[in-house]
Amino acid sequence: MSKFTMHILVCGGTGCISSQSNEIVEQLKFHINAANMSEEVQVLKTGCFGFCEKGPVVKILPDNTFYVQVTPEDAEELVKEHIVKGRKVERLLYSDPTTEKKVSDSKHMDFYKKQMRVALRNCGFIDPDNIEEYIARDGYSALGQALSMTQQEVIDEVKKSGLRGRGGGGFPTGLKWEFAYKNEADQKYVVCNADEGDPGAFMDRSILEGDPHSVVEAMAICGYAIGATQGLVYIRAEYPLAIKRLEKAIKDAREYGLLGKNILGSDLEFDIEIKFGAGAFVCGEETALIHSMEGMRGEPTTKPPFPAASGYWAKPTNVNNVETFANIPVIFLKGADWFASIGTEKSKGTKVFALAGKINNVGLIEVPMGITLREVIYDIGGGIKDGKKFKSVQTGGPSGGCLTEKDLDTPIDFDNLIAKGSMMGSGGMIVMDEDDCMPAVAKFYLEFTEEESCGKCTPCRVGTKRLLEILEKITQGKGTMEDIDTLRELSHVIKDTALCGLGQTAPNPILSTLDIFYDEYVAHIKDKKCPAGQCNALLQYKITDKCIGCTACARVCPTNAISGAVKQKHLIDQEKCIKCGACMDKCKFAAIIKE
Amino acid sequence: MPKIMSLDELKSLRDNVKNKVDLREKGENVDEMVVIRVAMATCGIASGARDTMNFFAELVRENELNNVVITQSGCMGYCYAEPTVEVTLPGKEPVVYGHVNKEKAKEILEKHIKSGEMVDGIIPVAHKSLDE
Ligand SMILES: Cc1cc2nc3c(=O)[nH]c(=O)nc-3n(C[C@H](O)[C@H](O)[C@H](O)COP(=O)(O)O)c2cc1C
Ligand code: SF4
Ligand code: SF4
Ligand code: SF4
Ligand code: FES
Ligand code: FES
Repeated sequence: MSKFTMHILVCGGTGCISSQSNEIVEQLKFHINAANMSEEVQVLKTGCFGFCEKGPVVKILPDNTFYVQVTPEDAEELVKEHIVKGRKVERLLYSDPTTEKKVSDSKHMDFYKKQMRVALRNCGFIDPDNIEEYIARDGYSALGQALSMTQQEVIDEVKKSGLRGRGGGGFPTGLKWEFAYKNEADQKYVVCNADEGDPGAFMDRSILEGDPHSVVEAMAICGYAIGATQGLVYIRAEYPLAIKRLEKAIKDAREYGLLGKNILGSDLEFDIEIKFGAGAFVCGEETALIHSMEGMRGEPTTKPPFPAASGYWAKPTNVNNVETFANIPVIFLKGADWFASIGTEKSKGTKVFALAGKINNVGLIEVPMGITLREVIYDIGGGIKDGKKFKSVQTGGPSGGCLTEKDLDTPIDFDNLIAKGSMMGSGGMIVMDEDDCMPAVAKFYLEFTEEESCGKCTPCRVGTKRLLEILEKITQGKGTMEDIDTLRELSHVIKDTALCGLGQTAPNPILSTLDIFYDEYVAHIKDKKCPAGQCNALLQYKITDKCIGCTACARVCPTNAISGAVKQKHLIDQEKCIKCGACMDKCKFAAIIKE
Repeated sequence: MPKIMSLDELKSLRDNVKNKVDLREKGENVDEMVVIRVAMATCGIASGARDTMNFFAELVRENELNNVVITQSGCMGYCYAEPTVEVTLPGKEPVVYGHVNKEKAKEILEKHIKSGEMVDGIIPVAHKSLDE
């Protein structure tokens, strides 16, 4: 076995490397050698601890001491004091911001763990194809527990937990179950919405791939609570692995007597069928989803009637999102009070986010509601890539909006995001830096919604097209100030008159960016400039005085836009230039600039 | 598998499997097993997790290590460090490694699995679990 009795873990994540963690490793090794301890003490480089803002971070095992903001110069003291003499180096310990006390007790070392896994509790820890691994982690015990309660008690427990739908709307889940329960019918249905159409989100796929049984179990609990014997999972056909794992989970659950008739020896009958979607965004909207499952066109219809009253085949139907379901078993295992103790007053529990964009630690994270954007971006996310400046975070996908610097310390929950002109959505979180152009971001989302609009109602079908046309005009430098007024007016009309959520929220990315980044729109219109340097049409390639007249650029230009005599400064004809950038790459003298 | 007929039966099954999860085929010496768990969700597979998993299997065979079990899991969320692999030595806390290509896999096998010596590239646990 290992000869080492002590380990020094030095963070080698992107954030800490940029603040010299490599040098720290070198210095530690050097001093350990000097102390003649290289046989007992091992120095290891690790990935990110999720505490980058206090980096570089060093952790010592086995005593779990956690040092922050360590410099290479501190290495000697760390070795001489902590390693050799076993005395902690006080000044490098983390001090709690509220109590200002140094944290050295290893029992309290969890302060830096900002993430909390509830919905993702098993993802990455168990073999999703093995039902016994799920059972070993208390799987299906929640179902057993629910069966010993009355239907109303089960619903009350979910209500008490404060769980709200994770599919975007944030509707209280217990209340929804109660509606379906109270609507009497000879048949009812439980539907799991696994359509996941938001282009920035993939948490539902990850849950189904990593822990399909949690969804199966939750659907059975819901079936019992509302009195449904049939469950359906609507999943996009582009998720083959998730489908495969879910199919296996359903089959195994049947074999173990956890689906089918007389579940766990009780009177409960419940089974699950999988329905495939073709991947249209609008089919994630619950009424469209239901029509699609019935074999009709995936187009929304007006609500009411809500699915809880008249859904699949006009029977009471409870529709919940994958992540919503994944939370359900925990509410029974740990109790509604435990669940309700996490989060903010009106948003309980955790939320899974897909962190993407210009951030170091791109990934899937689960955090308690109420965490700040700053913690998500700078601690968990490891800060902005390449040391650039943070500009904005887009949440809520095509229905959402942007948050900026001034929102960094706002606790994230359903209501705060809406108050800030964005929304929770399904949990996409795209981080943008100074190089991202906001009118172009709005255009990106409008391209998506215009393409995905089902065309059933005019405000959305025609309106999104007009909005997109105006945005194209602006990003090409052909916009007028009147266009901004038109954007605003049209946006409000669409919001008020579109039939379903897709159209009603499609203008949000425009309204939000117009609000926060008005100047950027104006720069595109009045100055014909793109401040972020993204909109190609507004850029010009220019040759500066650094040019020595080597003629290299003129030779690569595909449109012969560059002229000039040998050894003389060259010139680009802006009329002919197609902005391909070839000349800039070619120039060895950095004489060509883009502005 | 006979159907589970009550919550009590479920609980006794749980207790039974708790300690020997996934190690059934290997029989008695379950407590001495090393478990290599490769994150095999769409994301992981896209960055080469399947190759990593196959390579581990190859290495284990070549080295005739009969106390090693290779299994899969879903996504751990570390997109920036895929493929990720969790190694659990008997009686030890699991250790997760990121960016596990063939070279890293070899190093993990030679050092961590054979002699219990950790290697560079550990991803520290940065989240609370249900019981914390
Ligand atoms: C255009 C549009 C797309 C939607 N896409 C999804 C989706 O992909 N997944 C999802 O769970 N909910 C989606 N929803 C929300 C559903 O209509 C519904 O509110 C949700 O599935 C309810 O589950 P929850 O209460 O558990 O969140 C979408 C809504 C709209 C308007
Ligand atoms: S708002 Fe758009 S997606 Fe919704 S029904 Fe109307 S056209 Fe279809
Ligand atoms: S390649 Fe650069 S230095 Fe040469 S002519 Fe073009 S701009 Fe001038
Ligand atoms: S950007 Fe392309 S088209 Fe324009 S001058 Fe340079 S090489 Fe020619
Ligand atoms: S804590 Fe070191 S990079 Fe995140
Ligand atoms: S989604 Fe699995 S690691 Fe990112």
